[in-house]
Amino acid sequence: MQISILSISIAALFYLAFIILAYGLVFKVLQYTKTPAPLKIPTMPAPITKAGVIFRMSKEVVLFESLFKSSKATWLFGWLFHFGLFLDMLRHLRYFIDPIWTWVLIIQPFGKYGSILMFIGLVGLLIRRIVVDRVRYISAPSDYLMLVLILCITSTGIAMSFYLGADVISVKSFFVGLLTFDIQNIPADPVLISHLIMVALLMIIFPYSKLLHAPGLFFSPSRNQVDNARENRHIAKWAKELEKN
Amino acid sequence: MADNKFDTPEIREYPIIPKLQRDVMSHSKPFIAKEPHQEPLGFPGELVDDWHDVAIKKMGDLQSKYRSLQVYLDSCVKCGACTDKCHYYVGTTDPKNMPVARQDLYRKVYRRYFTFAGKYFPKLVGAKDLTKEVLDDWYSYFHQCSQCRRCSVYCPYGIDTAEISMAAREVMDTIGVGQKYCNEIIGKVHKIGNNLGLPGPALEDTLEGLEEDVEEDTGVAVKFPLDVKGADVLLVTPSADFFAEPHVDGLIGYAKVFHEAGISWTISSHASEAANFGMFIGSYENMRKLALRIREAALELGVKRIVFGECGHAWRVAYSFLNTLAGPWDFLDQNYPIPQHICEVTHGLIEDNKLKFDKSKNDDMVLTYHDSCNVARASRMGDKPGGQFAIPRNVIKAVCNNFYDMSSDTIKEGTFCCGGGGGLLTDDLMELRVKGALPRMEALRKVVEDNGVTHMAAICAICKSQFSKVFPYYDFTMDQIVSVHQLVSNAIILTGQNDENEENEEKDGKNHSQRDIDEAA
Repeated sequence: MQISILSISIAALFYLAFIILAYGLVFKVLQYTKTPAPLKIPTMPAPITKAGVIFRMSKEVVLFESLFKSSKATWLFGWLFHFGLFLDMLRHLRYFIDPIWTWVLIIQPFGKYGSILMFIGLVGLLIRRIVVDRVRYISAPSDYLMLVLILCITSTGIAMSFYLGADVISVKSFFVGLLTFDIQNIPADPVLISHLIMVALLMIIFPYSKLLHAPGLFFSPSRNQVDNARENRHIAKWAKELEKN
Repeated sequence: MADNKFDTPEIREYPIIPKLQRDVMSHSKPFIAKEPHQEPLGFPGELVDDWHDVAIKKMGDLQSKYRSLQVYLDSCVKCGACTDKCHYYVGTTDPKNMPVARQDLYRKVYRRYFTFAGKYFPKLVGAKDLTKEVLDDWYSYFHQCSQCRRCSVYCPYGIDTAEISMAAREVMDTIGVGQKYCNEIIGKVHKIGNNLGLPGPALEDTLEGLEEDVEEDTGVAVKFPLDVKGADVLLVTPSADFFAEPHVDGLIGYAKVFHEAGISWTISSHASEAANFGMFIGSYENMRKLALRIREAALELGVKRIVFGECGHAWRVAYSFLNTLAGPWDFLDQNYPIPQHICEVTHGLIEDNKLKFDKSKNDDMVLTYHDSCNVARASRMGDKPGGQFAIPRNVIKAVCNNFYDMSSDTIKEGTFCCGGGGGLLTDDLMELRVKGALPRMEALRKVVEDNGVTHMAAICAICKSQFSKVFPYYDFTMDQIVSVHQLVSNAIILTGQNDENEENEEKDGKNHSQRDIDEAA
């Protein structure tokens, strides 16, 4: 079988994107891990046990609790987008795994609608960014472009799932091939190809942009610290050095 | 009162989010520290020649020392959730007082020098070179943040602008652009032991005067001990408590509580200051040096416990940092929290029925309570989360008949800063202080009108000083702010107390001459 130049290019792009994403993320996570938090600064009231911190963090990750307290509109659109994204990413596992896990099969019917939630969320967030003077003030070009990029990924995805269709059998063999270093042909479908190129671009941007909020949340001292400063002495290595003088 | 060259904001009936007005507060800058204020703290006396490179190097250094800074600089998605949460934004409408915009003054420089995107695509991501103009903005707007952490409550990632303000101030100090108010005060503590520069003998006089006052008032010889070796408790309290109204009434309250409970206690002339302005300028070294004075005093006097008086940021440093900065405290009595807040002490005694009160002594007041930002969002009292809200309220309710809370989004973890915290309690920032107080004034006005509230209690020296100063701008009177332990002092029944006192009790005949107490806070 002849492998098209297009297929080789897309394959190369995804390998490159994956390497950049993985390298960038590992670098950042290591940086966050290595950088000490010299003082106890949880935003109070804070949990006094580790289990409490896990509970607090779960509420932030799953429900966006703090955002709910601050802005209901941003919470609604932000949460719809992220929840839709989560559903849709799970659904996309079917293109990488063979045989498909049963639970991935089970969520397929609703998974599809994740893209709709994403679309509504993204449009809401974009409108808010443009309309609310305070949010407009703090927005750089990249803040709009990020939303537009994800919106384009979502739209091409919706177009394929609900209207145009796509040769999912070939798409799957292409991606399973990528995982096993056995490049297969990808259909020369312009909507599919643009969808994929934009996804790769997003992967590349991820570790060099505000998308770092994803790992960042887990390292945020105001959220992940236990409130036990009186009981346990908490001292960073560099601060310990000061005690030698 | 200083000449009023600005308009006091109007109390709004329906506090809606104000429209932004660019740069209306860019003129607000505190006095710059001169050489004598800078050098004792280890900072250069004026802007160094290679300030740009020194600043960038310092930024890199801080990012490698503080995870908070590194993570917060990377993680903001500009969602805007914090934009209406800062009292300085609400009061001034200057967009650079929105927490995210304030952070961005720092973040745009971080991006330019430390990130791939900012190095190669600065326009795209809003990255900027560190120029003299940017530095001016830093000086102005990082001194319009009271480090109250309200933004961090509402941020989906917990980004705390205080951490960024502290870093920015430390970078500025490092290149010779310090703030006079904070740095002069820190110098005084390093040299003398308190913010006021009040030497031991003056302190002794003051305390003796208080003993006479209380004895005259009650007929009971309540002591105000200084430097007493072997006392059980070392009381560390803000130096404002030694003379200014309403602070000193709080100190009298602590003394009466200790007296009545039979706890032996002392103040130290070496550590006669609870405040720790080292935190405001983000300097770990200075904060540590100030905290070590308390350790030295505790060892010198051989005390068993350390108790802190009513002071907001001091309690943050005490509760959250003291163990780190000046611990371990293995030489103290481990049966008590180390350190302990005076409200915890009083509350514990009340629970154990060790104190008697005549609540009607406070019947001339209808109280509300202002949660001080550093107590509410940066510390705790008691053994349960939220004890910092319940314990002071329970103390107030134990000694007063009339208490109403302000509306729920302005108290507890959502409390509004008084407008003078974080090293901004200085006359050269009066406009900022008055405007920043607006959200609290609105909430107070509401309970005044709805519930007939006459007085607001607080447990922070900065809050008390700030409110006595800004109340008149909002048609309140300066004596409407009271100490929590002032209420305790009014109501407590001391064993052997004069009864006749009740008859000829002068109606709080104190002269409220407002001294300049800001430094003492």
